[in-house]
Amino acid sequence: MDADISAWEQRSVVRVVPPVQPRKLAKVPFVELADGRLQGVVSSGSDIARVYVSSIAAGTHAYTCSTNNNRPCGGLYGTPCKHLRALADEAVLQYGLDRVARYLRVEVAAGGDLLGSLSGGPTRAPAAAVFARFLRHLAYLEVPDSTAPLAELHWFPAVR
Amino acid sequence: MTDTRLGELLTGLPAGTGEALDLVTGFDGAFALGFARVGEEAESALSGLAGALAATPVGARIAEAAEKVAAGSVADEHLAALAGGRAALLGAVHDALLSGLDAALGRTREAWQPAAPAAGIPVNLLEGCRVWLRELAITGWRGVDHDLVTACDQAVEALLGVPELRGLAVLLDGLAAELRASCPVATVDRLPARRWADLWTRGLLLAQSGPWQGTAEPVSGRLLVLGADVHEHGTVVRVQVHGVLEPAGGGTPRLVRTSVAAAKVETIVGPAVWRLLAGYPVLMGALAERRVLDVTDLPLLPGGDLVWHDDRATAGAEADPFTTARVMLGGAVAAPVPPLDRHPVRIAEPVLLEGYTTDGTTLDVGGEGLEWDLDRLPACGPLTPELVAASTGCVGLLRWDGRWLLQPLAVQTAVKRKPVAVHTADWATGPTDPKAVKAEAKAGDVVAVLRERAGRLLRK
Repeated sequence: MDADISAWEQRSVVRVVPPVQPRKLAKVPFVELADGRLQGVVSSGSDIARVYVSSIAAGTHAYTCSTNNNRPCGGLYGTPCKHLRALADEAVLQYGLDRVARYLRVEVAAGGDLLGSLSGGPTRAPAAAVFARFLRHLAYLEVPDSTAPLAELHWFPAVR
Repeated sequence: MTDTRLGELLTGLPAGTGEALDLVTGFDGAFALGFARVGEEAESALSGLAGALAATPVGARIAEAAEKVAAGSVADEHLAALAGGRAALLGAVHDALLSGLDAALGRTREAWQPAAPAAGIPVNLLEGCRVWLRELAITGWRGVDHDLVTACDQAVEALLGVPELRGLAVLLDGLAAELRASCPVATVDRLPARRWADLWTRGLLLAQSGPWQGTAEPVSGRLLVLGADVHEHGTVVRVQVHGVLEPAGGGTPRLVRTSVAAAKVETIVGPAVWRLLAGYPVLMGALAERRVLDVTDLPLLPGGDLVWHDDRATAGAEADPFTTARVMLGGAVAAPVPPLDRHPVRIAEPVLLEGYTTDGTTLDVGGEGLEWDLDRLPACGPLTPELVAASTGCVGLLRWDGRWLLQPLAVQTAVKRKPVAVHTADWATGPTDPKAVKAEAKAGDVVAVLRERAGRLLRK
């Protein structure tokens, strides 16, 4: 076992980030596990130019949802709103329940659902940081292609 | 005959490889704990590295760096010297492995000619990268937290705007994503110590004065494709085509590579990544239809990389990569590896192996077992471990990561008892397998969805 670990630690090419699963992006274009939160952006069902920024903190499970202009989500009373539900569902599709639960440090009983297992309540948190990460994410699609040799990519094989 | 010689290659390592790698492992262990406080074990790892390189032209600088860092003075120049020392050890391992492989394959390789350094690189951006890399070295992998990872974002954003620094950008972005996924690193069970130190080392070398690929010369001729290797992390996908260039007007055929890379996000996965490369219809069409490419005035870099321009190429007749490999691989001359690229991970030599038996994990070569690199089968293509297990012929890349590996680019195999050839880039213009078409349709056009969101929300 120890020999396996040290062989793994002495390889140049090992998989560190588990692969994500494909999912539809129309409703929830952005989900990530970062900065100690499950956070993401949910497109508004009624206004094509509006998005909701939703997040759940790891550990405390405090959750929040507001528009990108910091207006609180109207659906957020004592329980998570439909945007948070959509965020959690899509995160589970993208990363798998285990990885999301481990990140948030939440115990989900067999057959249980993620949101129902959270112990936190609603909180106010500025949406700006998460929205900025979403814009940064989108900006990748506008980065020009490259035909340079990029030898560093030998460390990053495409995997199944 | 090649099989026997390849079999011999597999039986042992070049002299000194184990010792060199032990020194690297020692350095990597020291790095994991950080250079803020260097303990006894780390100090001896640093002095071991310096001792091994004492007789080289950089020996004195590395000795000084090891001493200063052990004493708690972690300056940029010292880190650069240590990175150089680590790279030199792995470069020596690379050279020994590759010359053994060239001998086994009977492959001729040109000698490297000194190249002029890159000019016009924005030095302030490199400085920003070095600051982050120094923080990593001081903190050590075990101390990395979210704030330290996020501190890299700005540097990456700036680098992505400079075409010459794209390699450094994708490297730092890939490393940061792995660190982010492992945060807090203090608690992870196993640490990819070699890998992360590799990436740190290359990052720091690139952040000295930019890349080192040299000056291109234009070439024309027929490019016969051997296969496509796909590279990917969350925010990049790159197709690197290995082929043989028959120069116009005669001359020795050359082994070359040509690449196209596109930025992406982590939710664009599987066959959807080909949509990002739709701007190269000639290359993608030739890959999907297995055609020869006629190219005119493509820049060829000294390391054997053709800089692709889709508008300088036309697709010609069909050309079976297995035939190309059978007829051309033996006589094609290989390009030299730029000195600072010399690292075992860079070894990716195209080979043809036929008539072997395999259990799906290894294949028999001259009486020795050669392990399949099944981790390098891309999700965007049709090659699966099952097809590899049923194969009898393979065009692949010989790689080395602690042991020799064969990465399949194409296999001759059987589907429902019928012989077929399956290549990694068969779906370059879209999946042809009904199951893959259905799976892609289920997720919808993710690229279009994100571009719509970007168009509406990104303020220009």
